[in-house]
Amino acid sequence: MYDVFIIGSGVSGGFIALELSKYNLKVALCEKSLEPCGGSSRANSGIVHAGYDPIPGTLKAKLNVRGSELMPEMAKRLNIDLNICGSYVIAFNDADDQKVYELYKRGITNNVADMTVLSGDAVRKAEPNISDKVTSALYARTTGIISPYKLAITSSELATQNGVDFLRGNEVVAMEDMGGYIKVITNKGSYDTQYVVNAAGVYADKIANMLGDNSFGIIPRKGEYLILDKNESGIVNSVIFQVPSDMGKGILVAPTVDGNVLLGPTSHNITDRDDKSTTKPGIAEAVAGAKRSVPTVNERALITMFAGIRAVPSTGDFIIGQSAANSRLFNAAGIESPGLTSSPAIGEYVVKLMAESGVALEKKKQFFMQRPAEKKVCSMPPEEACKLIESNPSYGKIVCRCEKVTEGEIIDAIHRPAGAVTLDGVKMRVRAGMGRCQGGFCTSRVIEILSRELNVPETEIRKQNEGSELLYRVLRDPEAKQ
Amino acid sequence: MKIDDKTITCIACPNGCEITVSFDENGNISNISGNKCKNGIAYAQSEVTAPTRILTSSVLVENGDFPLVSVKTASPIPKELMREAVKQLAKCVVKAPVHVGDVVCGNILNTGVDVVSTANVGTK
Amino acid sequence: MENTITQQYIDKDLVIIGGGPAGLAAAAAAKENGIDDIVILERDKYAGGVLRQCIHDGFGLKIFGERLTGPEYAARYEEKIRELNIELKLNSFVLNVTPDKIVQALSPEGMLFYRAKAVILAMGCRERTRASIMLPGTRPAGVYTAGLVQRLINIDGYVPGKEAVILGSGDIGLIMARRLTLEGVNVKAVYELMSYSSGLKRNIVQCLDDYNIPLYLNHTVIEIHGRNRIEGVTVAKVDEKKQPIPGTEEFVKCDLLVLSVGLIPENELSKSAGAALNKVTGGLFVDDNMSTNKEGIFACGNVVHVHDLVDYVTLESVNAGKCAAEYIKNGSANGDIINVVPENGVRYVVPNTVHRDSQKDSVNFMFRTGNVYRDAKIAVYDGDRLIKSIKKKILTPGEMETVKLTADEIKSVKGEIHIGVEA
Repeated sequence: MYDVFIIGSGVSGGFIALELSKYNLKVALCEKSLEPCGGSSRANSGIVHAGYDPIPGTLKAKLNVRGSELMPEMAKRLNIDLNICGSYVIAFNDADDQKVYELYKRGITNNVADMTVLSGDAVRKAEPNISDKVTSALYARTTGIISPYKLAITSSELATQNGVDFLRGNEVVAMEDMGGYIKVITNKGSYDTQYVVNAAGVYADKIANMLGDNSFGIIPRKGEYLILDKNESGIVNSVIFQVPSDMGKGILVAPTVDGNVLLGPTSHNITDRDDKSTTKPGIAEAVAGAKRSVPTVNERALITMFAGIRAVPSTGDFIIGQSAANSRLFNAAGIESPGLTSSPAIGEYVVKLMAESGVALEKKKQFFMQRPAEKKVCSMPPEEACKLIESNPSYGKIVCRCEKVTEGEIIDAIHRPAGAVTLDGVKMRVRAGMGRCQGGFCTSRVIEILSRELNVPETEIRKQNEGSELLYRVLRDPEAKQ
Repeated sequence: MKIDDKTITCIACPNGCEITVSFDENGNISNISGNKCKNGIAYAQSEVTAPTRILTSSVLVENGDFPLVSVKTASPIPKELMREAVKQLAKCVVKAPVHVGDVVCGNILNTGVDVVSTANVGTK
Repeated sequence: MENTITQQYIDKDLVIIGGGPAGLAAAAAAKENGIDDIVILERDKYAGGVLRQCIHDGFGLKIFGERLTGPEYAARYEEKIRELNIELKLNSFVLNVTPDKIVQALSPEGMLFYRAKAVILAMGCRERTRASIMLPGTRPAGVYTAGLVQRLINIDGYVPGKEAVILGSGDIGLIMARRLTLEGVNVKAVYELMSYSSGLKRNIVQCLDDYNIPLYLNHTVIEIHGRNRIEGVTVAKVDEKKQPIPGTEEFVKCDLLVLSVGLIPENELSKSAGAALNKVTGGLFVDDNMSTNKEGIFACGNVVHVHDLVDYVTLESVNAGKCAAEYIKNGSANGDIINVVPENGVRYVVPNTVHRDSQKDSVNFMFRTGNVYRDAKIAVYDGDRLIKSIKKKILTPGEMETVKLTADEIKSVKGEIHIGVEA
């Protein structure tokens, strides 16, 4: 019997799990994908928002500001990169200028520090590649960039290290209130639990429905993104937004923590919640939108394209708290932007609400605050690298040429708590295959390493989920010989 | 019986002439046309009478530092035997070490042609 | 990464980056020209580069007068390197090359810093990807570049699918069509965006026609379908501007999409060394000695321009090795420099400059055209003066062309050498 069963290991689920893992509770973190972070958290802008955008008084506003405060400490504890690079919301005309000023005022109400409204020229002085047509901008110093999937994965990893059971490849198909507890039925088995936390992203409404909660709906909204080669880094040094609309924060141009350039997202409501395909019009829209802000954007330096699905709540605000329909259900639903920024605060807030509603929380004696640092051989001082390689030569073997990832680093990613079992799992953790050749050179090596370390045949190694096996068969099978 | 004309693409040079070969009542070549140079005639003659190809493939290696060794037919074999020859090679296993030129499958499909290794594979 | 003052350097006369056909031939040539202190740094676990996975035949006709397979061609040079006792370091990945020829490499022996008198860049090329052609759709398993498919089958021994579509009719795509077919994969078709194939004619005949695999010119894949494993692609005919023609879309079921959409010289290290690149090809700028614009840094093979035949890589690399040896012994070649300019349908020319008083008897100028020309001439001009004109029955972008100018012809040039196509 679990005390708490969390459905969904995106940033919300990850931070709720991490927060709960401080206490003497038996916690499951259930994920339908084979790796943590299979949904919305995997594909979004990766922005830590300053907090000027949400309407004052909303949960979004409250948790955005708190999340933004917590993020630097969280990034340190999780040992991932956070770059507080600042942002500009740029205006192109009088109406935009007005919106910029409104955002500024909203930011003041939301207690956002270090904002300024700048003239077009002042913006261009700071970011020389920004369009000549820009008339003004809201500068927010505290905006940051982070890898969204690294944030979700590392919070899940640290929670797992602190005793949370990570249940991968488990898709919840039904739940039953058994009176004294809830039975959660997945495609892999059934689990009993006192409480359920619903952090199921675009499927959160369906999950809530399983326990009779029909109080909200989730509207899937697709956003398409482009990633440019690291050679393009420096085209902007901060996040460049356009003024937001009802459909979101518009198309941005931003550096990534890993040194690439991110363009996008588009914003279109869709009906298929799993439709993560990119489209020709979507790509064109993202390019055109990015060029409007930064005309010198070089789309020929494209290295990959992807789409993410935002979980837009029917209520307009985050839906967080104990369900009115079933007191054993806590929702953390409708976590659209600024969900990533809010996520550490969501973890804190959900657990606070659970305590208030009577869930007994007793602190554990031992809790690992800090996720161990990943070894990155190519960014170490040479002496340190040499010592490491001497102790284990696999740290001296480059597997991914573009991102300079060694075999040792990949092996580490596989054997960490809630470690990688798939090609994409390795890619999201250590960036092997994420560079300009997009796995052309390293795919076969990573498959080989996964197979060896996990002791499964190479033909069973998957890209992402079940059914995404990378290889069809062995070319020459000794068993098949006559 | 009269054989229909055959059209083939010449590979003697990048020009890639479409060459038409005609036959007489006895099945002998009566005319070759479409070629821009005389290289095309020789190519067309062999291609319509007895087309042959070098087959390259791989064979499983036991105890090697690579799982496979690349191989080829030491000389061209009839084109129509290519698929069958690969099936034959799929059943073949050699022990490491293997050296360039080692015969890994003698007289494949009774063509009189040996399949030889084209790479060196050391022991594990 | 900052290098500390206490850093231990390994001094070498010549450091060669890359142990593929270019690096091996250059090393052998340097050694044969009197340089003993050489190291070849190879990132893979074997030497020979991509030749090891090119198990098909057709290599070596120019150099050896035989139709060798890739591994056989590589083995000859590996043997030569062994005989000449040249140091070859495998699993050694070069992280950085500085303009003053410090080469930093990561290997299972540790982080190594070489201080070289001369460096030869021979890193080869990489494949263009799905993103480089902006191919939209889902991101399932089973979408691989042709070179990756070749490695999976020929080196690792795995068949990556059972029903394949090939996009791009470059040579690797054609070769893989045959290889997959012979291993029982149903290769449904090869689609080519252009109105011609960039592959060699013999590959079209022997890899496609032999197995009745259709080649659709002026066609491309416009979308990838399938959530986990690829389930199919949408293909369409394209117009003269290479845009898909509405109404011609067709769904083709497959569980493997092989992308053979071109190669790009891999020049990240060249950039760190400060060597200038050709914007058209992404290859390095070199002179007739295969020297980059950075003194003592030479280059050869696909890092300079993507070759059609390995034999030409070898010839070019022998020149680079010889000239690097000459540089180590006697310093830079001085004297008047003549620019070489591609024009009228010629996309690029290698070398980009030539010494007026070249010590060589002749210099080969290698180039590719941007389009197909029939019954045309290659014309070499010095200003308005025609130096040379060569009749060609056909010129295609898929085949590299060569013009040879003698030392006297080069000496006579007053302005620049212009190479172009004439009707």
